[in-house]
Amino acid sequence: MNWLIAILQTALFVALAPFLAGFMKFCKCRLQNRRAPSLLQPYRDLLKLTRKQPVISEDASWLFCTTPYIVFTAMVLAASVVPFIAVDLPTSAEADVIVLVGFFAFARFFLALAGLDIGTAFGGMGSSREMTISSLAEPAMLMAVFTLTMTASTTNLSGAIEHVLNEGVVLRPSFVFALFALMLVAVAETGRIPVDNPTTHLELTMIHEAMILEYSGRHLALIEWASQLKFMLYGVLISNIFFPWGIAESFGLSALGYGLLVIAGKLILLCVVLAIAETAVAKMRLFRVQEYLGFAYLLGLLGMLSHIILESTR
Amino acid sequence: MILFLAYSAVLLSFASGGVAIAHLFKPEVNKQLVFWLLGASGLTAILAGLGELIYPEIRLDTLSLGLPWIPWHVHFDSLSAFFFLIIGIAVFAVSFYAPHYTHHEQKNAENFAVLSLFTGLFIAGMMLVLLADDAFMFMIAWELMSVASYFLVAFQHENPANRRAAFLYLLMAEVGALLIILAFGVVASFADGFTFDALRASTISTTWMSIAFVLALMGFGMKAGLVPIHVWLPEAHPVAPSHISGLMSGVMLKVALYGLIRFCFDLLPEVHWQWGVVLLIVGTISALSGILYAMMQQNLKRLLAYSSVENIGIIVMVLGLSMIFLANDQQELAALGLLAALFHAFNHALFKNLLFLGAGMIHHQTHELNIDMLGGLIKRMPKTSVIFLIGCMSISSLPLFNGFVSEWLAFQTALQVDVLDNGVLRSLIPVSAAALALTAALAAACFVKVFGLIFLGVPRSRHAEKAKEIQDKGMLAAPAMLAGLCFFFGIFPSSILHLIDNVSKQLLGSTLPAKDVLSFISIAPVSPEQASYTAPLILIGAVCAAGISFWLLHRNSETTMRIAPTWDCGFGGLTHRMQYTSSAFTMPLRRIFATAFLIDEKVEKTMRENTKLNVADVRYTLHIQDHSWVRVYQPIERGVNVVAKQVGRIQTGNIRTYLGYSLATLILLLWVVSL
Repeated sequence: MNWLIAILQTALFVALAPFLAGFMKFCKCRLQNRRAPSLLQPYRDLLKLTRKQPVISEDASWLFCTTPYIVFTAMVLAASVVPFIAVDLPTSAEADVIVLVGFFAFARFFLALAGLDIGTAFGGMGSSREMTISSLAEPAMLMAVFTLTMTASTTNLSGAIEHVLNEGVVLRPSFVFALFALMLVAVAETGRIPVDNPTTHLELTMIHEAMILEYSGRHLALIEWASQLKFMLYGVLISNIFFPWGIAESFGLSALGYGLLVIAGKLILLCVVLAIAETAVAKMRLFRVQEYLGFAYLLGLLGMLSHIILESTR
Repeated sequence: MILFLAYSAVLLSFASGGVAIAHLFKPEVNKQLVFWLLGASGLTAILAGLGELIYPEIRLDTLSLGLPWIPWHVHFDSLSAFFFLIIGIAVFAVSFYAPHYTHHEQKNAENFAVLSLFTGLFIAGMMLVLLADDAFMFMIAWELMSVASYFLVAFQHENPANRRAAFLYLLMAEVGALLIILAFGVVASFADGFTFDALRASTISTTWMSIAFVLALMGFGMKAGLVPIHVWLPEAHPVAPSHISGLMSGVMLKVALYGLIRFCFDLLPEVHWQWGVVLLIVGTISALSGILYAMMQQNLKRLLAYSSVENIGIIVMVLGLSMIFLANDQQELAALGLLAALFHAFNHALFKNLLFLGAGMIHHQTHELNIDMLGGLIKRMPKTSVIFLIGCMSISSLPLFNGFVSEWLAFQTALQVDVLDNGVLRSLIPVSAAALALTAALAAACFVKVFGLIFLGVPRSRHAEKAKEIQDKGMLAAPAMLAGLCFFFGIFPSSILHLIDNVSKQLLGSTLPAKDVLSFISIAPVSPEQASYTAPLILIGAVCAAGISFWLLHRNSETTMRIAPTWDCGFGGLTHRMQYTSSAFTMPLRRIFATAFLIDEKVEKTMRENTKLNVADVRYTLHIQDHSWVRVYQPIERGVNVVAKQVGRIQTGNIRTYLGYSLATLILLLWVVSL
């Protein structure tokens, strides 16, 4: 029964990811005085892409065609680990937050290889930049996460969320630092302004788009879906770790329904905040990203130190 | 029985060297016997190691070899057995790989005899180090290992650069050995005798113990390749034949770690947390600078050698954690740290050996090790590429592979810091964990570069374009076996973790905090509530998710893939030179971590017809140097030269002066004796 709920929750997560991307686009359009496309537009795009004939370069190898499936699978696995509507599902005992970071690394590894597979300058450029940014973002992310896991003394996401729930509303300075660090990392890792711009195709600025430039058809659909999943994963991670209230602790229908409503509300709020930030901030130069991520790392470190100095029971 | 297996492993590898000599004088001796004996030696070593790990017991023996009044003391316990297992697997794999790889050397009987003799001696030396139970035998075996491997590094001595690398290696190995002798000497001077039992029972003061620790760390660290005493490693490993580089990088460095563990955790009567901090810091620095330097290399084997520095750094770092916990009376967490360190050592032996063998295969088929001259091999060498990809994924610590599990365990160890009282430690350890995260992420970037530039894209040279798949089955089977093990221990890590747990039981007297949760499919080193990792379920989930997505997309698919030329932005004329190169790929990281390197970057432009804007030719040179050469070695070199000059002054070349020195010495000695 629990396994069934876990699988259904994962399926729901995967199904809702394009919707969140559509909503994000909607918020941004409204803030920039533009007419927004329908909220269902990402689904239509994905469907259109799956029907189109994929065109593959003659220099591509088997790795190029398998990568979309690998990337998508890694993101689905990540989605099954993160508590979305309910905590304490059996899937979250399979893997903890370090494994979650590992899933992201897995997807990125193959995406970067696929960028190099065709042998064009664009692909190499994207891979090189992506690996650079992610290798700086990963320690910042783990630092923020470690603050949390040390407080809860578990690296299991469900366990950590339950710990926060049981403690009630306490303002922990370490969590404030960790929250900001994780938000900065999330922006960098999901390729949003000011680190990357998902809507541009200008060689001077693009990172993620440069890697996947050669993809088309169903391969592109999978990759697009995977990046929408990644966006939603970070959103759910941030909202459920730091503001877990409302998440279903039992598996009754009403609790689950309530949990779904609450997480939707949290994600909407997060999207609005992100849209405002993206509208207000300009994209930064590539070689300023290290300062940005260094700042995120510093916040994570401060969170850790304030946990050790201020909050520890010893 | 198990001790007998261990002895026969040693004897078989001696025999393998002996057969090579016999072949030199009597060509009718079958030279394939060399490799058969090597394989048998590897297999018996595996059996001996597994046997001892499954039935842990300290087995002692005395051999009446060596000096008449000092027999060789032999022991075989779980720690030795674990490293025996590592050697065994590597040697077994190499014995399949070498027959075809060395077929060029086999044409010249002398070369072949030299190579095989010293390979046999080298392996036997490593095994004897593990068997030694007294400082004498340890040092003799250690020297056998060092000197034999010197001849292997110097094997292709026609090239002056190789001779220089070999000399550097010998020099560092001997300095290291001197330091180890001093470390043993310090402890032995407080004990009665040189056997390990006597050393354990020594009544030594804390100060002298710390001095012995520092000496041992420097001595073993020189062999293991800790920064800043690692410089021989990137010079020596690339010039040896690839299967030897694999053995040196994958196994010999581990033997040095064995020495460090044996000395610090076993022989010294107690451990101090300050030593743990030293190991932690040295390990962190080694890990970070190792991977940063690795990333900047263009020569594949040099890159792999630097990456060994990184991995040794990670292992030493986790050993430091273990030591800190041990000194704070957290036996179970110390066991966890030791487990993580030993498992990473095991994993590194598997995938580094695999990658070196892979490098040998690439070199064998293309005569090229420069990453910038390769490319597109995935189509030309499909089997090699899959094997090499598994190695790259393991070393980048991606989930489902073994490298990830040991790194996960390392993180779990570091996160247990809350049990410590000392505030400095509590803030230092998480920072080093974040450094570990940075190292892992950089390693992934580095091996994306390696695999991407070698196997993907369009060939960058004629050699790469003409490359063909390896035909010899044994040469493919050896790395394939290692790749299989990498995957197996990534999915079922508990199968070996149970065995490693026996090591910590013998060494530290404690096992994992919750042994019963180390079940076959999942590992939860501290407790299931704190953290668990279930690789088989993740694998099943991954297969399901990938299968469903594949099926959904291909269900009603009348759309077949269309193969088309690569998009060239409408300009035409894409060439292989437009691809990213090694230095281009790592340029952002080189710029970000600029202070970590000594970068000499030059762009020379020649102008056409004395104009200022019309560029005819651009020449770009990039030279990256290791800080430690300039900061550590050159000052030492200058110092030695200055001292030598001063000492040279007393050598007047005049016989009367020397007679005067003799007289003065004699009087001094008489005075000392009369005291």
